Amino acid sequence: MQLLEKFRDPAIGRGLLEKVVARAGQVREKLGRRAVFMEVCGTHTVAISRAGLRSILGEYMELRSGPGCPVCVTDYGDIDRMVAFGALPGVTVGTFGDMVRVPGSRTSLERQRAAGADVRLFYSPRDAVAWAAAHPGREMVFLGVGFETTAPGVGAAIAEARARGLKNFSVFSAHKIVPPAMRAILADPDLKLDGFILPGHVSTIIGRRAFDFIAAEYGLPAVVSGFEPLDIIDAVYRLLGQLLSGEARVENGYTRLVREEGNPRARAQMYEVFTVGDASWRGFGLIPQSGLDIRETYRDFDAAARFEVTIEPPRLPKGCACGDLLKGKLAPTDCRLFGTACTPEHPVGPCMVSSEGACAAYYQYERR
Amino acid sequence: MEDRLILLAHGDGGRLTHELVTALFLKHFGNEVLARLTDAAELHLDGGRVAVTTDSFVVNPPFFPGGDIGKLAVCGTVNDLAVSGAEPRYLTASFLIEEGLPLADLERVVASMAAACREAGVEIVAGDTKVVGRGQLDRIFINTTGVGYLPPGRDLGYHRLAPGDLVLVNGNLGDHGMAVLAQREGFGFGDQIVSDCAALNGIIGTLLREFSGVRMMRDLTRGGLATAAKEIAAAAGVDLWLEERAIPVGDATRGAAEMLGLDPLYLANEGKFLTVIAPEEAEEAVALMRAHPLGQNACVIGEVRAGKGNVYLKTALGGTKFLDMLAGAPLPRIC
Amino acid sequence: MCLGIPGRVLEVNPENQTAVIETFGVKNTVSTFFVPDVQVGDYLMVHTGYAIEKLDVEEAEIRIKLWEEILSDATPGEVSRPGDR
Repeated sequence: MQLLEKFRDPAIGRGLLEKVVARAGQVREKLGRRAVFMEVCGTHTVAISRAGLRSILGEYMELRSGPGCPVCVTDYGDIDRMVAFGALPGVTVGTFGDMVRVPGSRTSLERQRAAGADVRLFYSPRDAVAWAAAHPGREMVFLGVGFETTAPGVGAAIAEARARGLKNFSVFSAHKIVPPAMRAILADPDLKLDGFILPGHVSTIIGRRAFDFIAAEYGLPAVVSGFEPLDIIDAVYRLLGQLLSGEARVENGYTRLVREEGNPRARAQMYEVFTVGDASWRGFGLIPQSGLDIRETYRDFDAAARFEVTIEPPRLPKGCACGDLLKGKLAPTDCRLFGTACTPEHPVGPCMVSSEGACAAYYQYERR
Repeated sequence: MEDRLILLAHGDGGRLTHELVTALFLKHFGNEVLARLTDAAELHLDGGRVAVTTDSFVVNPPFFPGGDIGKLAVCGTVNDLAVSGAEPRYLTASFLIEEGLPLADLERVVASMAAACREAGVEIVAGDTKVVGRGQLDRIFINTTGVGYLPPGRDLGYHRLAPGDLVLVNGNLGDHGMAVLAQREGFGFGDQIVSDCAALNGIIGTLLREFSGVRMMRDLTRGGLATAAKEIAAAAGVDLWLEERAIPVGDATRGAAEMLGLDPLYLANEGKFLTVIAPEEAEEAVALMRAHPLGQNACVIGEVRAGKGNVYLKTALGGTKFLDMLAGAPLPRIC
Repeated sequence: MCLGIPGRVLEVNPENQTAVIETFGVKNTVSTFFVPDVQVGDYLMVHTGYAIEKLDVEEAEIRIKLWEEILSDATPGEVSRPGDR
């Protein structure tokens, strides 16, 4: 791991930060204001907070969180449905830890578990398949939440369940794909962003090229970035460089992992099981062709088709600014509820509860 | 208003636990001793001082790498007494057992408790056993109450903190929380991370004998270093400034924490404590701790500054971030 | 949004398309279904138990070298010390 340790070397990091600050000063002069960049991915949000980067760079630029926290963009109706699965007799809900505390419009999986539902955490969808095989008397409903990085694995798990002849494994797919949400952000006339730090692991699957439209159609710079602090500093450095030279390209800052064309095998598995359909995003509303539905050929593994759950129309919390936050229009601290009505113990919106939600990251590491 | 229920998070030692203690228990039980909310209560009996503490152990699973619920039940209570400055002497033990528990498992737990008591130099002098029907609890829960002797003149506490004091820990953080979480959730690398569960009265006794500048100590259990540091800062009305690079975390725990998206500073320890000490004694105290088997990675991790109850962490890159109490038991973050 | 864990391959099991990898001394079994031709000594990036890509060690070295070059280029005016703020 020695090579990878280099990507955390504080001496290189501090040196690069000096260069970033110098460039940022020039950019501020050129623009007459601080540059505003969006880190699209929630894991970037957490990495930035953990490394304390906002405290160093805040004077020179603004880093805003984007829509890349999967539980944050999961629609209230979908969360209510997930919770409803937990109330069905004989059903065990399998989930990544991320989803457990996210509030739906009435309750959360955590509260549902306190009230008696069987909710289990899994690190991998493969483990959920193994659990289903070991517990033939229970129905395992796995919550498929995530983007292009996560969906191939869930697809592989579904294929594995079919190959093993399992009748008690199904998935509720709330998977989403990133480029349509980026287009929704870019098409918003109110938006003032100067560039994007693009999600490195989504790009690993879909390829750098999949984001070319950001520069080609909207004229904004973007850099695909890894998740080590140095990767993020480097991405900012490159974005500033593009702003200074007046260019707009989609650069690959994560060449050790991301290929131009992505990972075709992973994509093939994803599209074997899922098909693209419309999806509701929290904060955005319906975005056409932005979700992944389980194909008709895998209907037996589609929890939405196998179980009847009815939910009441979702009740939306008043005053929660998660929507504008996920579009990069606000910072968490701009929300009136932040830290007062909305805290990690009593979250109003999902951005406060997911550990990669922007509000939770700001609350835990950056509140003053 | 929604119907409020007790959540797992009310018992995780973080903010909700704190809310429950102050808004419910203190409201009804409030008295001068309890209101101090220290790890152990200080009682005056006929001129002598004793410390009393109690704790219940419900760890799931009851057996984990590096320990079991029995060892934990002894060490946890011994440590609460030790960080209060007391010399642990006597324990009581109450067993709540689920019908159907193999007797061999119970004996394993009891033998482990006996071994831990010998090591810590304490005796179990009273006990109780209750058995409940299947499903009413998970295998075995244990409560221990501990009584310790407070030597004359010993005075540890928030009131002694002063700007310039240094903050020490006795070794790698997060091992217990990571070991138990990995084992419980079956994350496939369970045996590679070993709980640090150990009785700390030996190393703490040595420190207290040698250094009069020890201001206070805390064991870093649920909620980890971050939660304990925040509680100390808030209660003492000072700021703590910690250096990320100085904080020791073992490779295995660090690797597992990265895999699960967890922050080791928020993970529980059962053999680690924080010491605030006068700056002139810090270096020698670290040397003394390092000579002890339970302090080999001891080091200075930060300092006390005048302030308003905040905890700041200086990151390796030179940024600062803010540490707060744990909010909800740590959950793996993946997608 | 997508936590990835890098690890070095210690053992390859082609019959069930898995590999044992090590991250900071922690071993874990992962699926190599999406990554062909995994060899012992390769680095993999893993997400939810699936390797999503092989790490290109040469590219990693190039990147580090590039940064070292950027740092050795002392452009005038770039002397502020953000690291100490």
